[in-house]
Amino acid sequence: MRALLLALTVSLLASAANADDPQLVIKDHKFQPERLEVPAGVKFKLMVRNNDPTAEEFESFQLNREKVVPPGKEIPVFLGPLDRGEYPFFGDFHQDTAKGVLVAK
Amino acid sequence: MLASLLIVFREMLEAGLVVGIVMAATEGLAGRALAILGGIGAGVSGAALVAGFADMIAEAAEGVGQELFTAGVLLAAVAMLTFHTTWMSRHGRKLASEIKEFGRAAVKGDKSLFALAAVVGLAVMREGSEVVLFLYGIAASSHEGIGAMFAGGAIGLVLAAAVSYALYRGLLTIPMRHLFSVTNGMIALLAAGMAGQAAAVLAGADVIPSWGERLWNTSFILPDGSWLGRALHALIGYSAAPSGVQIAAWLATLAVIAALARWTPDENRKPKPAAPLTDTKVAARG
Repeated sequence: MRALLLALTVSLLASAANADDPQLVIKDHKFQPERLEVPAGVKFKLMVRNNDPTAEEFESFQLNREKVVPPGKEIPVFLGPLDRGEYPFFGDFHQDTAKGVLVAK
Repeated sequence: MLASLLIVFREMLEAGLVVGIVMAATEGLAGRALAILGGIGAGVSGAALVAGFADMIAEAAEGVGQELFTAGVLLAAVAMLTFHTTWMSRHGRKLASEIKEFGRAAVKGDKSLFALAAVVGLAVMREGSEVVLFLYGIAASSHEGIGAMFAGGAIGLVLAAAVSYALYRGLLTIPMRHLFSVTNGMIALLAAGMAGQAAAVLAGADVIPSWGERLWNTSFILPDGSWLGRALHALIGYSAAPSGVQIAAWLATLAVIAALARWTPDENRKPKPAAPLTDTKVAARG
């Protein structure tokens, strides 16, 4: 339990957004950019901001992540270390339009 | 309409599979229809509540509130499922023989029933909150009209309920003396899958170590996004590319449930020297 709390505290301290965290913006049910370069081989935090008036869900099977992004909010998605390669993701609530790829280099 | 049909079916399928197993596992217990319906009702209310507080949950704990909440809900369900399997190793044999003889159980299964109704409620709440957010989004942007949205959603719900019912009927074809062994096994796998998922979610939020991300990848055989992949994800916690901690949680849960089942005495098997009549009855039933 103590280890969990410690891990939690550490992760909380680590989760404050940095300017150089890779960022995705959702607008009109599309991701911007639709192709985003991210570092391979390290842990990083992807910030996903939703500028639409409705909720979206950031989801990726390859990355094993799904996370709701409420309207007007920005949430962190913790990723990595990733092997070099391409990792498609999509917006679960608007799958026809909200698509993109993370490119780990 | 198709979009809302698909998303409601997809999200509710997982909850529906849980309901199907729970229905088979509570076969013959008095009051189970009410308990399961109550669980579903509570789950729907919970889903609306969670969706309503999605903002707050997302922003809690510096952005990992969603993960903590999801993991908490999953682990609560794991605890309830574990309780049920333990209860069944105590009463299952008696339950099965009573149902065989009288068509229903005299065993009081209130606690176990409550635990499983809670599992149903938690599953519906978890999956349902996404449906609420999605449908609310459609209603707010309303390109296709609210009527079509609700029609699609309703069809999706009916289809998910049909799968749930088919699973239940399918399980009932198993002879009564084996039924509860099968449902117990399925519930143990359900619990292991949920524990694995909880671990994956916590590791995904960097709250616990992942012990290796994507230890293997079977997505070329069975992708997570396929229907079979989704069904197996719900039933046994299938993940095409699981993390180390996810597998550890899966195995540990199965081990704990198996150990508890083994060390919990079966009340019906216990010899009762004071009442020889019961003993012979037990022997006769085999």
